[in-house]
Amino acid sequence: MSMNVVVCVKQIPDPAAPPALDPGTNNLARTGKLILDDSDAYGVEMALQLVDAAGGGEVTLVSMAPNGETSGLRTALAMGAAKAILVSDEALAGTDALGTAKVLAAAIRRAEPNLVLAATESSDGYTGTTPVQVAELLGFPSVTFAKKVEISGDSVSVERQTEAGYDEVSSPLPAVVTVTAGVVEPRYPSFKGIMAAKSKPVETLTVADLGLDAGQVGATGARQEITGVADAEARGAGEIVVDEGDGAQRIIAFLEQLKVL
Amino acid sequence: MSIDKIWVLAEVADGKPITASLELISHATTLAATVEAVAFGDATASVAATLGEYGATKVHDIGDLAGALPGVPVASAIAAAVGSGSGPDAILFPATYDGRDIAGRLSVKLDRPVLTNVVGLVAGDGGLTTQHAIFGGTQVASARFTGDGPGIFVIRAKSFPAEPKGAAAAEVVAAPAPDAGPTNAARVIARHVEERTGPKLDEADVVVSGGRGLGEKDQYSMIEELAGLLHGAPGASRAIVDAGWVPYAYQVGQTGKTVKPTVYLACGISGATQHMVGMKNSKNIVAINKDQDAPIFSVADLGIVGDVHKVVPKLIEAIKARG
Ligand SMILES: Cc1cc2nc3c(=O)[nH]c(=O)nc-3n(C[C@H](O)[C@H](O)[C@H](O)COP(=O)(O)OP(=O)(O)OC[C@H]3O[C@@H](n4cnc5c(N)ncnc54)[C@H](O)[C@@H]3O)c2cc1C
Ligand SMILES: Cc1cc2nc3c(=O)[nH]c(=O)nc-3n(C[C@H](O)[C@H](O)[C@H](O)COP(=O)(O)OP(=O)(O)OC[C@H]3O[C@@H](n4cnc5c(N)ncnc54)[C@H](O)[C@@H]3O)c2cc1C
Repeated sequence: MSMNVVVCVKQIPDPAAPPALDPGTNNLARTGKLILDDSDAYGVEMALQLVDAAGGGEVTLVSMAPNGETSGLRTALAMGAAKAILVSDEALAGTDALGTAKVLAAAIRRAEPNLVLAATESSDGYTGTTPVQVAELLGFPSVTFAKKVEISGDSVSVERQTEAGYDEVSSPLPAVVTVTAGVVEPRYPSFKGIMAAKSKPVETLTVADLGLDAGQVGATGARQEITGVADAEARGAGEIVVDEGDGAQRIIAFLEQLKVL
Repeated sequence: MSIDKIWVLAEVADGKPITASLELISHATTLAATVEAVAFGDATASVAATLGEYGATKVHDIGDLAGALPGVPVASAIAAAVGSGSGPDAILFPATYDGRDIAGRLSVKLDRPVLTNVVGLVAGDGGLTTQHAIFGGTQVASARFTGDGPGIFVIRAKSFPAEPKGAAAAEVVAAPAPDAGPTNAARVIARHVEERTGPKLDEADVVVSGGRGLGEKDQYSMIEELAGLLHGAPGASRAIVDAGWVPYAYQVGQTGKTVKPTVYLACGISGATQHMVGMKNSKNIVAINKDQDAPIFSVADLGIVGDVHKVVPKLIEAIKARG
């Protein structure tokens, strides 16, 4: 059997660097090099394992990012994905989750996948709505919060995280599945993989290439606006004491005062 | 756009509406004249009294989903109501597994964006303005919808108090989901419930959380023991969830639960911004960390610079000794 899996991979500013908003637009500042969102490394690994288990097919990456950015895509290609579709266009600045989903869905359609994987939420915007919006646009069923994914025939079986534990869910393919951290352990790209990634195909598309109307995406398509940003009320530090063997007693006294004890 | 009617997704678990939904109904009554609930499952009739008590006058009952995941059928039912002109001006979803799915599906069906990770919602001249905690809760961004059509909001738990108003039971009206075709093909085959005792993490009055400073998985048992003695719930940082020491349901923070207990006790947790955004609105915070420069101390009402392996066992002994 052949499994063609699309993985949505977001390329984001390094989370270790302090984030900032662009004071002019209130959009997240996306200057400097972007990297592969850690959350998406799980989807890439899952896809590689599913294609392996099926004994055929390939993994295609789909990403929307500014300035023709490919460094995060190269990381995922180095892990073993076959090729990538990148949508990059100035018209996309200020796109919200729904606009992002319209772009991703149009790009994914070109790859004709059996399965689409994404993370449950990204590390920078973390709305967590994009993949389900993609599924609805594609007319696919979706299963979110997967902690285990298996393909059997033409359906996908998922262990879906719930408040109480997990549900076993089955869906016919094609489908969209979002994975949690911990669904699989992502591999580190090998040296060979890194070298091979340099020559793997990355197709770069614009909004017009996808047949989308520029008014549906970007800041105009967003139909929501940030009206202000303010500092949150700071919480002052209280009493900090070094434990001299009396730490537990200090906590007991504090809890007594609160009538918790 | 004036806000006259608000709908709230009322999720039901263990035969009761979840607290996050009651918080939204409660708050919605301060924003709009008419507040109605939308519910699915086979227990709607039995929760109508509680929904009414918190301020919902009607429950639109989508009914049993016959094993389907809620996203598609519930969104289809809401979209049908909006299409027929009987829909609301705003729809509030709790930020739960299913709430987010339904909001995402509905967003495409109505071609309206979603405002997510909302922690505050206020009425103004131009409709509703949201507040979002950004950058680990150090800043608050305000946002609002432009354009026509109902606003779709996904709101984090504990953003508002849930206050019963003592009103009459909500009227139950059937709102069956239209057939959504193949998009609605995912089915729940079996449900697995993990045993847990004590209060729920996001409802507990005391939360005792452990982090990587515990050193190893086995040490987490002292967090559970302490939480038990304090009639509270055990929680965790993402570091030890990712390490597989405890299930994801224990995680506090940006990608986990928001908690607001009377006391939050952080043991061996550094206080990364993504952790703090989930707990820094606790009424009282106690931290135990061996590093006096750990960021968690910047929000602690009582900070103990010390070794969790010494302080926590002594604490357990002392509480047990009180009987
Ligand atoms: C602090 C903050 C708050 C925001 N709040 C809102 C809001 O309330 N509503 C709103 O509509 N927008 C909001 N946005 C904008 C939103 O984050 C962006 O529109 C973004 O392009 C898509 O959403 P996400 O990162 O939240 O995706 P999520 O839905 O969290 O992403 C889930 C997964 O989808 C895939 N994915 C998402 N984006 C891409 C991409 N560009 N390329 C490839 N795969 C992708 C990845 O697998 C990702 O892990 C916010 C942004 C910020 C920085
Ligand atoms: C997009 C994103 C989302 C995230 N979401 C979350 C989230 O929801 N929740 C969350 O918690 N994290 C989240 N994180 C991870 C977060 O950034 C931190 O990595 C994590 O919170 C660290 O966990 P920790 O405090 O247990 O571990 P560490 O940061 O390693 O801290 C361990 C602490 O223990 C102390 N210690 C060590 N030994 C002892 C001892 N014997 N006695 C006392 N103290 C000791 C150390 O001094 C240190 O301060 C997220 C990260 C990203 C990028």
